[in-house]
Amino acid sequence: MVEAQNKPKLKEHRINRAWCKGCGICVAFCPKNVLELDETDKAVAARPEDCIACKLCELRCPDLAIDIITE
Amino acid sequence: MKSNVKFVQGNEACVEGAIYAGLKFFAGYPITPSTEIAEALSARLPQVGGKFIQMEDEIASMCAIIGASLTGHKVMTATSGPGFSLKQEALGYAVMAEIPCVVVNVQRGGPSTGNPTHVAQGDVMQARWGTHGDHAIVAMTASNHQDVFAVTVEAFNIAETYRTPVVLLFDEVVGHMREKLVIPAPGEIPLVERLHTSVPGGVDYHPYLPREDGRLPMSDFGGVHRYNVTGLFHDMWGFPSDNPGVVHGLLRHLVDKIENNTYQMARYKEFCLEDADTVLVSYGSSARSALHVVRNRRARGERLGLLELQTLWPFPAAIVREKCARARSVVVVEMNTGQIMREVKAAVSDPERVFLANRIDGTLITPTDIRNILRLIQGRGV
Amino acid sequence: MAVKDFIRERFFPHIWCAGCGHGIVLNSLLRAVESLGMSKNEIVMVSGIGCSSRISGYLDFHTLHTIHGRALAFATGVKLSRPELNLIVPMGDGDALAIGGNHFIHAARRNIDITAIVMNNRIYGMTGGQFSPLSGCGIMATTAPYATVDQGFDVVELSRAAGATFVARSTTYHVQQLTKLLREAILHEGFSVVEVLTQCPTYFGRRNKQGGAVEMMNWFKDHTTPVGSKAKAENPDLIERGIFVQKDLPEYCKAYDQVIERAQKGK
Repeated sequence: MVEAQNKPKLKEHRINRAWCKGCGICVAFCPKNVLELDETDKAVAARPEDCIACKLCELRCPDLAIDIITE
Repeated sequence: MKSNVKFVQGNEACVEGAIYAGLKFFAGYPITPSTEIAEALSARLPQVGGKFIQMEDEIASMCAIIGASLTGHKVMTATSGPGFSLKQEALGYAVMAEIPCVVVNVQRGGPSTGNPTHVAQGDVMQARWGTHGDHAIVAMTASNHQDVFAVTVEAFNIAETYRTPVVLLFDEVVGHMREKLVIPAPGEIPLVERLHTSVPGGVDYHPYLPREDGRLPMSDFGGVHRYNVTGLFHDMWGFPSDNPGVVHGLLRHLVDKIENNTYQMARYKEFCLEDADTVLVSYGSSARSALHVVRNRRARGERLGLLELQTLWPFPAAIVREKCARARSVVVVEMNTGQIMREVKAAVSDPERVFLANRIDGTLITPTDIRNILRLIQGRGV
Repeated sequence: MAVKDFIRERFFPHIWCAGCGHGIVLNSLLRAVESLGMSKNEIVMVSGIGCSSRISGYLDFHTLHTIHGRALAFATGVKLSRPELNLIVPMGDGDALAIGGNHFIHAARRNIDITAIVMNNRIYGMTGGQFSPLSGCGIMATTAPYATVDQGFDVVELSRAAGATFVARSTTYHVQQLTKLLREAILHEGFSVVEVLTQCPTYFGRRNKQGGAVEMMNWFKDHTTPVGSKAKAENPDLIERGIFVQKDLPEYCKAYDQVIERAQKGK
């Protein structure tokens, strides 16, 4: 499927735990419910396999604490 | 008449001095009695490739010249009392961020709207303490157009040398009267140009770390060094810091940078002081009347002398003390309620020798006024 | 250049509260600037005083952190004396339209090529939650314990009336639109205004029971609509997003170049 080729393939959710303030914006607005706040209120990729690399979490992060690395 | 001899207002002499010094950006706002400075520069600056802008108020004018100075240009604004009050916060910013700029205040009757078309010298203390917080300031004045020209050039030189705002405190009489002005040839008065850093791009540049000689090389906005400029206490890179050591060090630097150079910045003129038993201390247009009295009384054998101050801040206390040391009485001639008299009293030994000859009704103090006061001081009545 | 090349990394994490919308404005602005491929040496960021105005310290441009309300006046001096520089002026709502209102309307009137970003969280955050000229009526704030009775400005209409030649509005929820609008505003040769509805959960959100950052961003989603949309017609209370003004009129610095020509020709 041509459409599948140009879909970015997620390699990694790079989360800077020092910068993340646990505001929950990425978690709330992730269309695929991939992210969660851990017990220290830091964002983590709980279900990375569901990630479609749309990068909305990266774009909406107030602290530049999340980078979506794609192939 | 040779082309470099002019018959101009004092305001125009200031403009000629600024152009001679290399002024390239002026922002101003109409206000009596300094408007002519803006008018003349709106014509002259574009001729020399400079830029003039009339801003929406005096605050904006002061802010605009600070922005322009940071791009590497010599800048100036001009106003009078009410505008000078409005500019104080931004003037303090220029002190804190060490921005070279010249701020002209052609004084008029104050406070408030006061006496717009009449003379006074009541903003002297405002020039010193107008902006809030501890700081130092440079303020200069002049009593005739040739000196207005020279002091204006000197103001730019001091602004560039010490990376500081310099206030020019003129007044309505000098500002508006016409007088001869001889414009020196280029190069006749040495100019201090903007000191740029030699640190190449990619190498760490400190906009706020003085060199051994105390100078602070700058890097223009748009250049290869990107740094921060702020009114907050800051570190050597210009980033905010409330660390007590940084705060103390910077405030100490801002004050000492000026006050340790009081002697170097001190400009004054003296007339018949060698054997004077009565010394007149004056400045600005008052000094014209004082000089007349000195010449007039000397012709009648009275040992009168004049010390005309051109640098008011930092106050040249040591020079005043020395020049008045031998005098029986010291009479400060000014058009306010004694703003420089208080400084003279603090500077000289036996301050009870210091008297005030002043006029505060909006009229230029006259030789007769001064002579009558001298007679009162000498117990001889008018 | 990657987004991280535009920040002064040593100052992160920044001082804004968890969930503060200003961080999203910073994020979006970085992507707009990155997409323009401009050298960092060409950009001068001039900000005023307030939470929003701390943004200049975090960005690796020529940064000028001025005094409250006067950023646009400083920026006018920078721009007119070196027109080749790109001026970006982020301000808070109070910074731009309360104390800074006079400079805002005059910079717009002149149509000088400066990009003004009004980071509108309808509150004075730095000083702890007072209402601002954009709070609007019925808002709770530390200086409005019985709710505000002040009408707020409509920044778009005010900018349009004052003469701005690019006027747009978006929100921190609509980051992709915001980045596009910021990019166009920076490219626009004239006075550009981008109003960004941004959340202040700490003061505005708490005092007005609008919840945290997520709830406030959802409020932006539910209460805004594209410019000229049918929804707006049906529900006038909706706030429009997008470009309201985009026209080319003589830019101030270019017009002044002609003054220089006239002055030097006449000599």
